[in-house]
Amino acid sequence: MSARPHEFDAKRRRQVVTPEGVPLQVVLATRGSRLMALILDYTIINVTLLVLALVLLLIGVNLGRMDSLETGGGEFLVVLFFIGLFLLFNGYSIFFEMGPRGATPGKRMVGVRVAARPQGSAGERLTAEAIIARNLIRQVEIFLPISFFQMAGEGGTGSAWIAGSLWFAVFMLFPFLNRDALRAGDVIAGTWVVEAPRRKLDDALSLKGTEVQDAAPAYRFGPEELTVYGEYELQSLERVLRSDDEKTIAAVHQAIVRKIGWQAGSGDERAFLEAFYTALRAKLEGDMRFGQRKADKHSEVAGGGTRLR
Amino acid sequence: MRPPAIRNPFTAKPLPEQPDIEAAALRSDRFRLEREGDWRRLELIVRRLERGAIRRLSDDDIAELPVLYRQAASSLAVARETSLDSATLKFLEDLVERAWYQVYGPRSGLFRWLARFFRGGWSRAVRNIWLDIVLAFAAMAAGIAAGWLLVARNVDWYFTLVPGGMAGGRVPGASRAQLAETLGIADGAGGLSAFAAYLFYNNATVCILAFALGFAFGVPTLLLLIYNMAMLGAMAWLFNSVGLLPEFMAWLSVHGTTEFGAILLAGAAGVHVGRNMAFPGEASILAATANAGRRAALVMLGCVFMLIVAAVLEAFPRQLAGFEARAIIGAFMLVVWVSLFVLVGRTAKSQAGEAQ
Repeated sequence: MSARPHEFDAKRRRQVVTPEGVPLQVVLATRGSRLMALILDYTIINVTLLVLALVLLLIGVNLGRMDSLETGGGEFLVVLFFIGLFLLFNGYSIFFEMGPRGATPGKRMVGVRVAARPQGSAGERLTAEAIIARNLIRQVEIFLPISFFQMAGEGGTGSAWIAGSLWFAVFMLFPFLNRDALRAGDVIAGTWVVEAPRRKLDDALSLKGTEVQDAAPAYRFGPEELTVYGEYELQSLERVLRSDDEKTIAAVHQAIVRKIGWQAGSGDERAFLEAFYTALRAKLEGDMRFGQRKADKHSEVAGGGTRLR
Repeated sequence: MRPPAIRNPFTAKPLPEQPDIEAAALRSDRFRLEREGDWRRLELIVRRLERGAIRRLSDDDIAELPVLYRQAASSLAVARETSLDSATLKFLEDLVERAWYQVYGPRSGLFRWLARFFRGGWSRAVRNIWLDIVLAFAAMAAGIAAGWLLVARNVDWYFTLVPGGMAGGRVPGASRAQLAETLGIADGAGGLSAFAAYLFYNNATVCILAFALGFAFGVPTLLLLIYNMAMLGAMAWLFNSVGLLPEFMAWLSVHGTTEFGAILLAGAAGVHVGRNMAFPGEASILAATANAGRRAALVMLGCVFMLIVAAVLEAFPRQLAGFEARAIIGAFMLVVWVSLFVLVGRTAKSQAGEAQ
């Protein structure tokens, strides 16, 4: 059988069972998108810091005390700046990930979110503790090696560079060394980063045709014409119909007509395919109710509860 | 023809026209059409929750969220067995997942959670890891003793244990007056505040490292605690050698009781994670680590808070107050912390933010 189109995605799929007993498919975020989110977040943090520093500097200039940072207003501004620095670097991720979206602005932009990693298969509640834990570890993953580099910059030895780089490399490579793409903070906190679902409900294809069909039921298919295909082909057909690509539709029309041994007409491909889709779905769903599923055109009808996935 | 209606652009779009249920040819389409209204309503509620626009939700919406969620979940289970409409299936999968994150998400925002944390969650978290605190304390005491004894045997050890930046003028051979000066009340001297900043930076790094090194089964955490306390032991020996030990203790205790408390808790948090990795018991290593990590994170958050308090104490009273006042402030802070951890949050066990 040919490779399925979403072979790459299949590796990132995980099953989580909700407390109601419904298995859900979650898709792990790619490492690349997480890196992108990290870069976006740190850009936001640093721009904010810059603005904060500029504002405080302006206030300071107006106070006329900037030359004496150790006394009075100037010192107070410096303290304010360090509090802002501390809150931004430590509170930013915690604040946003504890919100209803479970994602920092950077994560939101790339469409991922934090979720609790199920222990076993049962889905868990994402807790505040988990979010705090995963973000405190960030100190060790990112800020500590940076402080090594600073040490090296301030006339330290080359060993500080090596130590910092090694440290950095170990934690940056961590997500590549396990199959769930966990970083060290995820391991400690029991979380993972998944793609945030946000699909809209598409119209049902089988309903679009109803008005037309009522007017003139142009095509009728017999059981022998409908048994050649399975669920995989049905889904492919649905994708083709939704794509609105006339060329592909014509090609698929050709292939189906040849397969079921009809005479190929032309000019009415779309209506034909929609009618065929509805008929095929009716047939397959009817079989499903009797516990018979047919995964694709090569497989025999599987009786009694054989799963697709 | 209908007159054009003016629609508020900020309200949600009206729901799309529903095709006639009876006209649907397929049974799975009828199933979908019958429930579609509820799904869309759930989606709207979830979308508003995600936006944080919880005030725009009516009480009815909030009350019905769990009901609609369970309905959607059971719809999904049914649709998986009866429908081959992948639009419905994928939409439902995503909808149930989104609703699940909302229904089983963090129960409150950061600030409300913090309020509960300080009203008892923190103290309970600290009490939960009492055994690790004992272990970390033993390591710290051993470190102080080791530092003292090593330097008492051979003064050269002092330079090994205390790095140059930390020592300042505090070196063996310095006169009593010189050492006393390092403990002196500052008259706005810039050098001392720089030293204070350095100390704070050092201690914050030690705290976070102590926690993070719990990764390696907690052994490096214990070594780090011993090493850092050896530094303190060496300094204590130095001041004792010129008869300034009580002054040194008072000088240190203003912020030290808070700061060493924070280091103790951070070390205990690291040991807790390491201990649970080494002895996960019935659970898998990953699960045990995650559980321990969540418990330890609570303690660590408290450590950060303690370090801030320590920095404030370091910046103001230590440089301004006299000998007795410093000792009293230090002792007072010690009493505050101990009673906070021992007494607060003994009742109402289940409500605050614990990991379990």
